[in-house]
Amino acid sequence: MTLLRHTPTEIKERSALAINPAKTCQPIGAMYAALGVRGCMPHSHGSQGCCAYHRSTLTRHYKDPISAGTSSFTEGASVFGGQANLLQAIQNIFTIYEPDVIAVHTTCLSETIGDDLPQIADKARQEGKIPEGKYILTASTPSYVGSHVTGFSNMCMGIAKGFGSKDTKKTGKVNILPGFVEPADMEETKRLATMMGIKHILFPDTSGVVNAPLLGEYHMFPDAGARIEDLVQIGGSKGTIALGEWASAQAARFMDAEFKVPCMVLDLPFGLRATDRYVDALRKIAGTSVPYEIDKERGLVVDLLSDMHQYFHHKKVALWGDPDQLIPLVEFLRDLDMLPVHIVTGTPGKKFEKRIEEIMTETAMPVPYNVKVGGDMFLMHQWIKNEPVDLLIGNTYGKYIARDEDIPLVRHGFPILDRQGHQYFPTVGYRGALRLMEKILDAFLSRKDRDEPEASFELVY
Amino acid sequence: MATKSKKQKSLTPDEVRQELIKKYPPKVARKRAKQIQANTGDEASTPEILSNVRTIPGIMTMRGCSYAGCKGVVLGPTRDIVNITHGPIGCGFYSWLTRRNQTEPPTPESENYMTYCFSTDMNENDIVFGGENKLKQAIREAYDLFKPRAIAIFSTCPVGLIGDDVHAVAREMKETLNKENPDHFINIFGFSCEGYKGVSQSAGHHIANNQIFTHVIGLTDKPKEGKYKINMLGEYNIGGDAFVIDDLLERCGITLVSTFSGNSSIHDFERAHTADLNTIMCHRSINYVAEMMEIKYGIPWIKVNFIGAKESAKSLRKIAQYFGDKELMDRVEQVIAEEMPAVEAALASIKPRTEGKTAMLFVGGSRAHHYQDLFSEMGMKTLAAGYEFAHRDDYEGRRVIPSIQVDADSRNIEELEVCPDPTRYDKELEAKKKALEAQGYEFSDYKGMMPEMEQGTLSIDDLNQHEADKLIELYKPDIFCAGIKEKFGIQKCGVPMKQLHSYDSGGPYAGFKGAVNFYKEIDRLVNSKVWSFVKAPWNKNPELTATYNWE
Repeated sequence: MTLLRHTPTEIKERSALAINPAKTCQPIGAMYAALGVRGCMPHSHGSQGCCAYHRSTLTRHYKDPISAGTSSFTEGASVFGGQANLLQAIQNIFTIYEPDVIAVHTTCLSETIGDDLPQIADKARQEGKIPEGKYILTASTPSYVGSHVTGFSNMCMGIAKGFGSKDTKKTGKVNILPGFVEPADMEETKRLATMMGIKHILFPDTSGVVNAPLLGEYHMFPDAGARIEDLVQIGGSKGTIALGEWASAQAARFMDAEFKVPCMVLDLPFGLRATDRYVDALRKIAGTSVPYEIDKERGLVVDLLSDMHQYFHHKKVALWGDPDQLIPLVEFLRDLDMLPVHIVTGTPGKKFEKRIEEIMTETAMPVPYNVKVGGDMFLMHQWIKNEPVDLLIGNTYGKYIARDEDIPLVRHGFPILDRQGHQYFPTVGYRGALRLMEKILDAFLSRKDRDEPEASFELVY
Repeated sequence: MATKSKKQKSLTPDEVRQELIKKYPPKVARKRAKQIQANTGDEASTPEILSNVRTIPGIMTMRGCSYAGCKGVVLGPTRDIVNITHGPIGCGFYSWLTRRNQTEPPTPESENYMTYCFSTDMNENDIVFGGENKLKQAIREAYDLFKPRAIAIFSTCPVGLIGDDVHAVAREMKETLNKENPDHFINIFGFSCEGYKGVSQSAGHHIANNQIFTHVIGLTDKPKEGKYKINMLGEYNIGGDAFVIDDLLERCGITLVSTFSGNSSIHDFERAHTADLNTIMCHRSINYVAEMMEIKYGIPWIKVNFIGAKESAKSLRKIAQYFGDKELMDRVEQVIAEEMPAVEAALASIKPRTEGKTAMLFVGGSRAHHYQDLFSEMGMKTLAAGYEFAHRDDYEGRRVIPSIQVDADSRNIEELEVCPDPTRYDKELEAKKKALEAQGYEFSDYKGMMPEMEQGTLSIDDLNQHEADKLIELYKPDIFCAGIKEKFGIQKCGVPMKQLHSYDSGGPYAGFKGAVNFYKEIDRLVNSKVWSFVKAPWNKNPELTATYNWE
């Protein structure tokens, strides 16, 4: 019996029906980004189902409480506009939950009726609904444009616009935008910068917010996340490093244009070379040298690769997820001499295929591969049926393909609903690269232990 | 927001209510006060509770939307319908495999689309120029790929705003595809379940049931073979509950024509009208179907409850009593006798560790009521309970239905005009009902949750995060039951939290086997060592001073 028994091997062009999407919608990304500001309550301006779905999915992924408000539209608000609902919501939220910031994003409903968030926020200010010293951020996040990554990017922009100012005193700090990654990854991104002695402002920063400890008390706003006193200084930084073109570049370029803070857009630091580029960028932007500790961490990645190369070499992989994640992952797999042969992202974006092509053709031995932007996991599965692979890398929803086709799955990306660890252990940086390699090796070697005939079943690998 | 573990059980319900609403702006406080009521412990003096009213903007509600109720809850568990969400990708994505509705197709090749997520993935162009053509094309593509028995289309918020007529598209495509393929009948129907309709999931249940009643029930007159034929309404097979109930009924010799909609197939819905009795589990989500089937086909309905061993036994006996057959009644008694020893053995081992503990339940439109039976079997008291999306009748009983004021939000949900089917209305069933009623057998009734709760306990409608925090602070219950969004905030306070929408990882909890599973699960939760680790040893006695020998 197969769970995806109706997926045929023969691939037919589809123009209207998406099946098993490799993306979701903007507001969830905006909600996640907003959680990365200390004392911030994300707010979903639309009917309450969106907010419920986004909170549920983030909760299932992080296994931690996700606080967010909703404007709770019913039919009336949908016809006459949601201004009254939002004004009421702002007042209630500041009174009951006492956040320092409310970060409002739109939904496809409020976006379609044309609610103007900055205008409503202004009105709230005029009506005295925003207490002294408190902030409202806004982001336009129509669900029918882009994907969850776009929403994350738009809220990063909302944060930059809401707190940044060109009249800020120069601080000598570096802004770092970590991209749509796990809280543990944000922590690791900060750790590398700190190891190099670089004063930085990382935002959004969900570490400690969506992976908070259990201490017997519930704090709706944990003592974690990017601090407001830091965020108001972002316009005075000496530069910005934006990780991930899709998730981070927009806000970085905005700060470049508006506050004259020069930016550098890099790939997310997954794997060896993307981390090299991040470390190198930090070194250049801050004018410091790289400490031996970092060389050592890097050396461990190269060491493990040299020790276990035989198990990586020419293994075929199918992977799906966010473009920012796939680009450095594909590069890392190629660096391990593996063969990423099927690559799907649901998030639209013109540059993706070109970047993948560059990575896939930079070595002497070209490999045929499939890539699709705006594709789905149904197509991915069909490709796998036509050309089987040794490994799957992607989110939880890949477990159905993994079971049907009997292929090991390394869970990576968003959402991961059925495994733990992603919140706590990074996959960015050199430590993250070690962990990715460990997971891939475990998958291959466990499979080998399961399948090997008795005569060749060996203790030593 | 910090919650300290201090028990203050001496507070009166009114004092608790004041505590819960103290921080609200005056208008919010006035409204919420009416949604919090103390139970009186009997039917006659049950107070009126405000429910099925709009969520206050900015309040962190536990509720979802109409689409979630329609696609997620009611239609989601039916394996052989290709459910296409018409809208941007999010809604389809979030309702993809997240409710733990289990299904077991008859053969490995049988239709099962539950693992798939279908969406028209509307983009900006579709919103500007309309999405009807894309929807038509999507239906055609789904048909070409799968040749399913049925395709259902679910409207999301923007679809309602831009005015795509999903019903016209469904009619047109049904006609076209059936004309093109005379050998394969396909049923296609749509749902106007935009998220903004109504005030909660409940609106979506209503919309779902209306369309299933209109487009599906009664399509096939070929009955299922069997002597005692019933439908099970409002059972969604979370974590395998319906499998347990199916097994019990089968062993009793009762034929289950259809389950709405746990482990269900559209073919069974089509012949649901051939049953002799409708039994309702979740009153809120589906009482309309039972009502409409009674008017149209003459099938009477009764409320049952398969949560808890005592309630399961009672429900089985009530079904047997309806058919009035000695043979059936004996078999029911035999099955109960077979099941009870395991239940009693489990209780005997577990009860010493659960007796006297306290629980709170805020979930669904019947689960907050039903699960109190399981807790009471374990000797646990429910201090407070409430529903996310119930109406007054779910709290106070059906006798209040005539006095419920219909507001604008409810008026937007279509009410079907139903009349007796000229050829299929079963007069014998009507007569049977009358005869049994004369003997005191209760049909068409549900007494609601509040009369069954102890005096001084609380019923709270549409509980929110702030009030949940306060309840924990005031009572520090031994267990709290709600949904995934609430789970980890509660646990951060050191209180175990059991999901009762999706059961976390557990289940089934229905029937006798389910009761045993639940006892074990609650024992695990309330007696887990983990809660003793919350404070580190050095934080338990932080004032301790000592002289160290190196000083």
